[in-house]
Amino acid sequence: MKVVLDQDKCIGSGQCVLSAPEVFDQRDDDGIAVLLAQPADAGTEEGTREAARICPALAITVAE
Amino acid sequence: MLNRILVVGASAAGLTAAEALRREGFTEELTIVGDEPHAPYDRPPLSKQILRGTWEDDRTVLRSDALLAGLGATWILGTAATALDLPAREVTLADGRVLGYDGLVIATGAAARRLPFGHHLAGVHVLRTLDDTLRLREELKTACSVAIVGAGFLGAEVAAVVRELGLTVTMIDPLPAPMIRQFGPEPGELLRRLHEGHGVDVRCGVGVTALQGDGRVEGVELADGSQVAADVVLVAVGASPATGWLAGSGLPIGDGVECDQYCVAAPGVVAAGDVASWHHPGIGRRRLEHRMNATEQATNAARNLLGQGVPFEPVPYFWTDQYDVKLQVYGRSGAEFDFRIVAGDPAEGRFAALYGDGEQVVGALAWNLPRQARLLREHVVRSTPWNSAAHQELNSH
Repeated sequence: MKVVLDQDKCIGSGQCVLSAPEVFDQRDDDGIAVLLAQPADAGTEEGTREAARICPALAITVAE
Repeated sequence: MLNRILVVGASAAGLTAAEALRREGFTEELTIVGDEPHAPYDRPPLSKQILRGTWEDDRTVLRSDALLAGLGATWILGTAATALDLPAREVTLADGRVLGYDGLVIATGAAARRLPFGHHLAGVHVLRTLDDTLRLREELKTACSVAIVGAGFLGAEVAAVVRELGLTVTMIDPLPAPMIRQFGPEPGELLRRLHEGHGVDVRCGVGVTALQGDGRVEGVELADGSQVAADVVLVAVGASPATGWLAGSGLPIGDGVECDQYCVAAPGVVAAGDVASWHHPGIGRRRLEHRMNATEQATNAARNLLGQGVPFEPVPYFWTDQYDVKLQVYGRSGAEFDFRIVAGDPAEGRFAALYGDGEQVVGALAWNLPRQARLLREHVVRSTPWNSAAHQELNSH
């Protein structure tokens, strides 16, 4: 799995951090998501898929 | 046994429901009907990046053609549903076709409300669809002064964009401050100052009595007798759930399609998104016109249509962007709740606040503190007692 994050689309909702805290965080100043790491196990991958599904700005793309 | 599922509505909620049905193992016949001619697109950017022209128009598409094709669904776009026969399990379309179903997802969204007058005049707009947005954007190119009727989400966001485009803007609302219904009086007052600081003429506490003009709009008449010149008017007075096609169907219709806590409106019928009113197990009947809710509720409704029996009890989330300010809310907010700033300072342009119902925390607001919004969400999830949340100072981490 490979995750791509479009920071230009991100609106800083933080929903991805709730779903996959091992993969995503938010910048302090503007809340824009940052990619910490690619998902490393099945549980994290499922959380990452969930993050992509619920992102209200469609900023996360997952390639399986 | 579900052999045919019909999704009526091809925007965020309808698309999400279709995807969730496939993901949850529904492999049979899936049909998606939408009244707009476009493939599913996203609405929040319409009043921001698309109106401003900072995004290409096609950037709002929700999925690539390949992903849409991968759904294996039959798409009927540009065709509204006009009637539902509940006992026969059939939906009639505007072109006369009748579609039978075993399971039905209602995701027809909402339609822009209009004033009882003035919409026949050229230059008077509503903004709900991509086509609405492109029409308004085109007219702004030659406009000088814009009047915005309504200072809710849409009115306030468009006011910010139009000011940034350099036009004269007057924003009018009968309530005492912008977005006071969503945020309550203190953030409402801050929003008024924000808009005034950017040069918007904010006329709050006064309604609109007429749109003036002969053929083309020339101005707006207010209830206090004053007049505002405008060559373009945006009517942004909210939206109504698109339930007209369900009249007489026997489905319970109130403020939207009334569902139970599983988003079920009738046997084999679920609803999701702006059109759905449902019973939130924790906070009672709700209808949410938020982007996040369209996704979450459609996912839940799809699962429950397949019989999974999962109550829908989200922590609501919404945001708005105006100028360089991002406002985010988790949970419930508004003038009916206590309000307390717990971090930052409005004078510095960054703060976070909590809403309480007298007993416990029910919502959290962040004004240019997006990371804190997520952290404060925990107080909403845990229903932190209002008193213990009172003196809490948050660090920046």
